[in-house]
Amino acid sequence: MVTGVVDYKAGNLKSIENALKNLNADFIISDDPEKLENCDKLIFPGVGEASSAMRSLSKYGLDQFLKEYVKKGNPLLGICLGAQIILSWSEEGEIACLNIIDGKVQLFDKNMGLKIPQIGWNAVRYAKSHYLFKDIPDNSSFYFVHSYYPNVKKEFTIGECEYGITFTSAISRDNVCAVQFHPEKSGRHGLKLMNNFLKGE
Amino acid sequence: MLFKRIVVCLDVRDGKTTKGIKFKGNVDIGDPVEMAEKYYHAGADELVLYDITASSENRGIMMDIVEKVAEKISLPFTVGGGIGSIEDIKKVLRVGADKVSINSQAVKNPSLIEEGASLFGRQCIVLGMDALADSAMPSGYRVVINGGRTPTELDALEWAKQAEKLGAGEIVLNSIDTDGIKQGYEINLTSLVSSNVGIPVVASGGGGKPEHLSEVFLKGKADAALVASMVHYGEYSIKEIKDYLYKCKIPVRLDW
Repeated sequence: MVTGVVDYKAGNLKSIENALKNLNADFIISDDPEKLENCDKLIFPGVGEASSAMRSLSKYGLDQFLKEYVKKGNPLLGICLGAQIILSWSEEGEIACLNIIDGKVQLFDKNMGLKIPQIGWNAVRYAKSHYLFKDIPDNSSFYFVHSYYPNVKKEFTIGECEYGITFTSAISRDNVCAVQFHPEKSGRHGLKLMNNFLKGE
Repeated sequence: MLFKRIVVCLDVRDGKTTKGIKFKGNVDIGDPVEMAEKYYHAGADELVLYDITASSENRGIMMDIVEKVAEKISLPFTVGGGIGSIEDIKKVLRVGADKVSINSQAVKNPSLIEEGASLFGRQCIVLGMDALADSAMPSGYRVVINGGRTPTELDALEWAKQAEKLGAGEIVLNSIDTDGIKQGYEINLTSLVSSNVGIPVVASGGGGKPEHLSEVFLKGKADAALVASMVHYGEYSIKEIKDYLYKCKIPVRLDW
């Protein structure tokens, strides 16, 4: 079973690569839809700005590919910016995103006296049980770095956090799941979550 | 709830971790890769590897260390020291660091922060600032560079605000007055900067016992605190510090 890591030049993939190596995963990292097509599941990471990420996805033909890939029922794990881009719309750059899951990406409210970006460890409270969380205790901490957060319907929320407001930090709809935090940087809980994704339901 | 972070700082010189007092009299205290692994398992929330190598020919050693650390630990870490160009930032990030801390070079060339943030995202551009109490400055603090040796004409608070505007995602604020003497962080400076910028502030310089951390979180309004000598010599473990902070009702990560 091969896992593909989608490389669309949005941020560094070194930590994802290191984490997958530590988990002894069989994986490829590629920007080529033809190569990714043959993978059993995909990790869709990303760090940076949403509108330039969308441009980059379209340049590699990855936007259409990703929509079709998940339509076929293949598992996908979005991470950080990847968890935002799969939604319908982002306030960051005011752009339409992949619309794989209905929802929008919003900026934390500066007027609440919050430090933005949110940087550091936050506890994720489970809203639903999900195979990603298997053998990871509820309210475990994960590492976050972000200024924008996913705003999705309750039915797609599997994990939540507090940062001034309650925001969705883990999302799932059918075969697609996504986390706003960085599992690849979140110690043993993060590695466990990635391993859960690799193993599947 | 977002936890207050304990960031362990490893000063690296010629491939070895070292510790000095007020930037002088450094002694080697161990292998940085082994120490990074040790602190990862001991509950550090983040690490900083600070390259204090004087000569440029040893920069390569630092890159090897960064790469090895990235392979061994699943924890965010920052690399600082000698970052002077976009190429330097790229190199460090490529081998697996999450952030770069830019200090003297940002003062000399502020566009480095701006350009770095637009190319790599503001989350990986950290402003490192060394400040010295100076009543001649509007905020009462002067920015100093080159490891504390060279005073600048910059006011510490103004520079922090400017760096935020330029695109820095975080500030590591080091007080030269309190660094290495373990008598507590510079609370006034930390609180002044942290309450006047919208980005996280990591307090640095002076941490000697758990009470100092509770003070800098509660009174200093720091988002994170850097520790070095108080943990390097086995005086306190990260767990002891966190247990104390937890008792003080400061939110800390206990499930590493």
